[in-house]
Amino acid sequence: MPMPSIDAGLPLKPALQQQTRHWFAVRTVLDAQQRLLLGVGSFALPILVWCLVSYLPFVWHPKMEIRDAGGVDYFQVGMLVDHAQFLEERDNMVAQHLALPRGVPANPIYLPAPHEVALAFVRAFTTPPEQKDQPWLHEALWHSIQVIFWGFLASSLIGIPLGILSGTYAAVGRLNEPFIEFFRYLPAPAFGALAVAVLGIYDGPKIAIIFIGTFFQQVLIVANTTRKLDATLIEAALTLGTRGVRLLTRVVVPGILPDLYRDQRILLGWAWTYLIVAELIGTSTGITFFITQQARYQHFDRVYAAIFMIGVVGFGTDLLLARLGRRLFPWDRSTDQD
Amino acid sequence: MTRPPEDFPLPDYLDQSPAVRARFARIRQREPILEVRGLGKRFHTRQGEVEALRDLNFAVHRREFVCVIGPSGCGKSTLIRILAGLEPHSSGEVLLDGAPVQGPGRDRGMVFQGYSLFPWLTVKENVMFGPEMSGAGRDEAERDALMWLDQVGLTRFADAYPHQLSGGMRQRVAIARALVNQPRILLMDEPFGALDAQTRARMQGHLLDIWRNIDVTVLFITHDLDEAIYLADRILVLKAHPGEVQELIEVPVPRPRSPGQFASVEFRATKARLEALIHPPQEQHDEARLEPEIQPRLIRLTNVNDDVE
Repeated sequence: MPMPSIDAGLPLKPALQQQTRHWFAVRTVLDAQQRLLLGVGSFALPILVWCLVSYLPFVWHPKMEIRDAGGVDYFQVGMLVDHAQFLEERDNMVAQHLALPRGVPANPIYLPAPHEVALAFVRAFTTPPEQKDQPWLHEALWHSIQVIFWGFLASSLIGIPLGILSGTYAAVGRLNEPFIEFFRYLPAPAFGALAVAVLGIYDGPKIAIIFIGTFFQQVLIVANTTRKLDATLIEAALTLGTRGVRLLTRVVVPGILPDLYRDQRILLGWAWTYLIVAELIGTSTGITFFITQQARYQHFDRVYAAIFMIGVVGFGTDLLLARLGRRLFPWDRSTDQD
Repeated sequence: MTRPPEDFPLPDYLDQSPAVRARFARIRQREPILEVRGLGKRFHTRQGEVEALRDLNFAVHRREFVCVIGPSGCGKSTLIRILAGLEPHSSGEVLLDGAPVQGPGRDRGMVFQGYSLFPWLTVKENVMFGPEMSGAGRDEAERDALMWLDQVGLTRFADAYPHQLSGGMRQRVAIARALVNQPRILLMDEPFGALDAQTRARMQGHLLDIWRNIDVTVLFITHDLDEAIYLADRILVLKAHPGEVQELIEVPVPRPRSPGQFASVEFRATKARLEALIHPPQEQHDEARLEPEIQPRLIRLTNVNDDVE
């Protein structure tokens, strides 16, 4: 009855190896070295473009930084003027036989060079803020993290159970999902003024915005994840004598846990995107206060450093959680490729 | 009921040796575990009402091995799901030990075709699940689980996760997980359908060993005729649209069974009968009529002298 398969004797391995070496094979699996190289490259490429624009004077550089005002009465050393304006004034000076202004090509103030941002990044942690009452960068950031934490926690405490119930019991799902589906289209920041009226001007409304931005998506996503649980597992549990609440606690919840964890990681990322808007509501605080304050003084290097800091914290948290997930759910096959 | 044509060289599948006849008489003496009376099932779909099962009547006796076989669409999966209590029926009744079945319960163990092991539990924890649900302590559940894992030969894999096991091994765990509850009847829904031929043959032998050594009654659904004859005391043949009992065949192949019997005259006679019931000549006709557009027109595309046969 069993027949030997025809291709049993074919040398499969060399063919596979060749495939993985090829960079542009469709849907191929990259080996560890390729993955690392490409991963570093994905960061190196945009930084390289930034460097080119910043350090090569003939790339872009639409401004002139005045080094010597010459005879132009309103030029000052260090001032940035448009290229055309600089040329016009120089021609004027030539015509009036006055001292010529000197300058070097420069980028606008809002595009600092990489080394300036790097310096600002280091200085933000090493030198105290210029005003006494202003927070350090890490203090501002810590305040922001707390806002996100409480908003996300409050959302999860209600959203996850509601999502699981909605995904398990069709009646619960039908009772809340149409409304939630509607509500998630209402932009969270639109509730800013209302949140201030209800919760005051400090952290309350900010946490509320994070909550509104996360909660409605969370219920729908968790409900969907719950519905995707293989029905056979629930049926198997039923035939093994599982009843009532234990179906939820012993089958549904452990069954969806790895996917639920992944959902939470994605949702946490979304919560970060609501942060800046949330912190502008009421009294501006946290990293947003830092950024707006520095932008007001035109310290754009520090603005970039702060934005970069948000990225580091967000991305770092996600990497950490991904690694933790692999440890928490050893049975989950879908994390193997992460 | 039609008999095979006169010139057929095989004996009649109804002819039983004295030993086999005596054995069936003994089985009939045993109390029925499962009784199905006038069972019917109707679905409501957008196209209207569909009758999946109509007036099924049969009984399964203690420690009997009954296979259910039938063409696709005969409702054999619906039947076993009703017996397990996973689906309601529309008419008639299902009695287990004389009491009507209401909903799923641990007195009817089920082995599914797909992998139904809990992926977040180890092999041992999967088997412990049933006892724990019925209130057994962790130690007791663990002891039972290890005993059953030993029965199916997987003690070595007690702490492995299901995804680390092969398909055959997973179904062994599924059988152990169902049997640890000591069900009155073991319902098996094409449990070896997804396995390769060699593993499937091994699992069939293994299942017969289990059945011989344990007080368990088996109702086994399959679409593989050889599997049904090899395993069953009796074969319930269903026909499709609606699902009805076509015949309840007493398999004349003597026990103990072995793969060598596949060539025996009793085996071949039974298989001929099953084939006649399940693939009647006019049915292929029907299929061709239903799909007239599927008519392969093969043109020779190779060199004239390049023959493969």
